[in-house]
Amino acid sequence: MPPPAADTLRRTPLFDRHERAGARLVPFAGWEMPVQYEGIRQEHVAVRTGAGVFDVSHMGEIETSGPEAEDFLQRVLSNDVTKIAERGAQYSVLCREDGGVLDDLFTYRLPDRFLTVTNAANHEKDLAWFQQQSTEFDVEVHDAHADYAMLAVQGPEARGVVAGLADGELPPRMRTADLQLAGVGCLVCGTGYTGEDGVELLIPPEGATTVWDALGVTPVGLGARDTLRLEVCFHLYGNDLSEDRNPIEAGLGWCCKLDTGFIGADALREVEPEQALVPFVFTGAGIPRQGNPIAGGGVVTSGTFSPCLETGIGMGYVPLGLSEPGTSIEVDVRGKLRPAEVRKKPLYEKEPASG
Amino acid sequence: MAEASYPEDLKYHQEHDWARVDGDEATFGVTWYAQDALGEVVFFDPPEVGSTVSKDEAYAEVESVKAVSDVFAPLSGEILEVNDALEDAPENINADPYGDGWLVKIKLTDAAEVDSLMDSASYQELLKSGS
Repeated sequence: MPPPAADTLRRTPLFDRHERAGARLVPFAGWEMPVQYEGIRQEHVAVRTGAGVFDVSHMGEIETSGPEAEDFLQRVLSNDVTKIAERGAQYSVLCREDGGVLDDLFTYRLPDRFLTVTNAANHEKDLAWFQQQSTEFDVEVHDAHADYAMLAVQGPEARGVVAGLADGELPPRMRTADLQLAGVGCLVCGTGYTGEDGVELLIPPEGATTVWDALGVTPVGLGARDTLRLEVCFHLYGNDLSEDRNPIEAGLGWCCKLDTGFIGADALREVEPEQALVPFVFTGAGIPRQGNPIAGGGVVTSGTFSPCLETGIGMGYVPLGLSEPGTSIEVDVRGKLRPAEVRKKPLYEKEPASG
Repeated sequence: MAEASYPEDLKYHQEHDWARVDGDEATFGVTWYAQDALGEVVFFDPPEVGSTVSKDEAYAEVESVKAVSDVFAPLSGEILEVNDALEDAPENINADPYGDGWLVKIKLTDAAEVDSLMDSASYQELLKSGS
């Protein structure tokens, strides 16, 4: 088959499953992806109360191996890579020298290599950065995007469903295991992006439909993926993180271990935060959207309607004086000032803390 | 969600809005196609009673979880009434776009404008042509 034209949207191995399920397919970071099937709210609720499966095969993978793989990753990733347990997982950001964020990533330590999951829109950029920075290290950097399909199975019932297909015990949270699921060899990871328990599966592309069909749970599109992550205040690159924002103001100082000497650490040491990324809820009518100004000199970076809280919610950068939980703010939604309140993370909790 | 339908007794605007004309008054809403394209409506931001609307111009917004859409006036006039029930049940716009999902009632300023709107058959032709 000839290679697809440059302007052709890429399709995951599950494309025909999405079509058959009645998905609304949209262009997303160069891929033709399902934004919703039955409806964002139903899919969102399925994940909060039962289980749902997301096709996130558009996300990229970079594998790093060789004698100095750990040293190299310690140099490019913000977190302390030496602390990743055998078969463990870790979140970090990838910074430029000036501290701007190139991407946010999960990295898994596997027996013979490290596997780093990239955002679809950033994969080529990240890969080029990895390759460029790796020249001084005895490492092999491998673009593994074509080697995997990726599914996320999330929700209180997700582990039970996956366990029913597995030939061994599922890994605990933040760990991985090599398991057969419905006869397909998968890398099972105890991670996710919804605030629910569950797993993410890295699958050989040719086995993706077998696993998808065997799971048989509610398919969930990128629309609900966004509402689910925003309710629990997980960052979305391109919205809440960018090359123009530093991870300190983004509230990701916890995963920037400055003493490890990663690229960008020196710049971040000098950062004197002027703004903070805060979650907020609307206390009246309206729905915040990305780009809405916040009165007093802030901006909404993510906004939506929360299916669980049934109100407008969002995250945005505000001056430090407005960043304390409980602070009343106003968001300018297309000319109407909508009242909102800064809250603590997460905005949605299964069992709300008292008070 | 209801099946696609385009009642014969309504007049249609190319921005996927309908008008039910009754003498010198009219009721407005969005068509089945519009609500389907939008997805589940979670917020309707109505205009104020007494304000004026102009044919072909946006007079309100409806929002789904993911997006906001302008609602266009198929005819010109003054807002007599807004559908307050949508504040608590915006999903009526999906469930019953021509009934409980109505948006506003207006007093027409130019009844002749009605002639420029499409009937059900013409509107369905427009949808088929992919506009």
